[in-house]
Amino acid sequence: MSALLEFDQVSQSYGDTRVVDAMSFQLADGEIGCLLGSSGCGKTTVLRCIAGFEPVESGEVRLAGEVLSRAGYARAAHERRIGMVFQDYALFPHLSVSANVGFGLRKLARAERERRVAELLELVGLATYGDAYPHELSGGQQQRVSLARALAPRPRLILLDEPFSSLDVDLRERLSREVRDILKREGMTAILVTHDQHEAFAMADKVGVMQGGRLLQWATPYALYHQPATRFVADFIGQGVFVPATIMAPNCVKLEIGEFCGLTPNGFTVGETVDVLLRPDDVQHDDASPLTARVESKVFRGSAFHYTLTLPSGQRVLAEVPSHHNHAIGEPIGIRLEMDHLIAFHRGA
Amino acid sequence: MEFDFSQIGPSLPGLAEGMWLTLQLLALAVLGGVAIGTLIALARLSNNRLLSGLAKGYVNIFRSVPLLLVITWFYFAVPFLLRWITGSDTPVGAFASCLIAFMLFEAAYYSEIVRAGIQSISRGQIGAAYALGMTYAQAMRLVVLPQAFRKMTPLLLQQSIILFQDTSLVYAVGLMDFLNTARSRGDIAGQPHEFLLFAGFVYFVISFGASRLVKRLQQRLTV
Repeated sequence: MSALLEFDQVSQSYGDTRVVDAMSFQLADGEIGCLLGSSGCGKTTVLRCIAGFEPVESGEVRLAGEVLSRAGYARAAHERRIGMVFQDYALFPHLSVSANVGFGLRKLARAERERRVAELLELVGLATYGDAYPHELSGGQQQRVSLARALAPRPRLILLDEPFSSLDVDLRERLSREVRDILKREGMTAILVTHDQHEAFAMADKVGVMQGGRLLQWATPYALYHQPATRFVADFIGQGVFVPATIMAPNCVKLEIGEFCGLTPNGFTVGETVDVLLRPDDVQHDDASPLTARVESKVFRGSAFHYTLTLPSGQRVLAEVPSHHNHAIGEPIGIRLEMDHLIAFHRGA
Repeated sequence: MEFDFSQIGPSLPGLAEGMWLTLQLLALAVLGGVAIGTLIALARLSNNRLLSGLAKGYVNIFRSVPLLLVITWFYFAVPFLLRWITGSDTPVGAFASCLIAFMLFEAAYYSEIVRAGIQSISRGQIGAAYALGMTYAQAMRLVVLPQAFRKMTPLLLQQSIILFQDTSLVYAVGLMDFLNTARSRGDIAGQPHEFLLFAGFVYFVISFGASRLVKRLQQRLTV
């Protein structure tokens, strides 16, 4: 697969603040990418640069090989054929649902336009809502109309700016899966921007973690979770705590709660003290284990408890334990290390 | 002092003619004023510094001079300007010169209302239109202005009620509008005070009634 979108060494500043800093990534045709980061990390600016709402200071944005933006040049937003779905939906309140969806199809003949609008309303499950007005719809329905409207003119790329953040949690998960299905069915290339990791993982083929205008890692959700490139990514993605450990052998490391030996060398010097990321699922509850930790707090998650445990040294770790193991706060429980791969960083790195 | 309103009844057809002229003047001035005002508002909001500067100057000038002065000034200036442009004498008449004066004067006020209306529409609406392949002009025409006009209809109507009262200033150039007709009929009938009281009553009923209707419309639009 060749790259459809190339974001190449792009920088952009507001006044003296650099909001996007020499950022690069590529997205293949048909892929769904996601920029993940907390607010103010620059992710929305990246989207606005791609849409053409924002110039770039240096670097290049290319779509299918054609330069859309570079220093001193920006192809007009309305000529880019890039669709956009907005956080607040930005539906046109004075137009019906059908007119909203058909808005980008003004050049088509009437019959053809009506056919395409019907097809899209069918696709997003709102076939009977064509004559309704945006304010008569729920938030989830409005976002579906917004998606249909963006898809209608068959754009080359679709941008989704925090599309589910104004919806409640249940709906957010259902809709993000639905939207992914719709995008895949249409063979659409898309970029999503969000601060919600679950949304990112549910929707995207590739996820980029951003911090302070920089892209720290651009990888599949699986790789981000299991092979985080930096300490920040490791910390940001999923849950876990860093615990000190000593490198015992080129492939072995010793932690307070046990020893882990991998199949490949870990790349550290023997004798070095490193920080190892312990995910909640790396710490298993085992009554037979000689090592115990005290339950400090717990969160009930339905199928599991999330325990925060204190080790004899005072170090805290997280553990995910099936929910029928209901222990009281303060109670010591047996634990065992159950890691399948090592995520470790030099101390202080 | 005793009032005698006996002559008003027989004068009603004549007064109605005056009112007809007032309403014609009002309707055309509102249409022209809103159209020109919208163009000025768009110029004012444009990224072009020269254009927005000119628009701003226009608004400031017309809002800083008395309407009466503009009406009389146009009465003398318009024929002169036309002769200068066309090279021949073109009779314009008081009605046309007053109409042009009202349109241009009111455009300054309407443009501020339209500008506020446009600015009240979220930027996201223009962004959404761009993302669907619309140019700036299309986005304005199809997305922003329809929403803005809906929002500002009450304000535009309120301003038009003020304009309705201001049309009476045409007496300065001798145009026979409602007030001027009432004044002259009153003089002829020897009941000047009664005719002016009656005229004031008619202005009040129309303005107040229209104002109440606008209030009701405003409530319906905000709900």
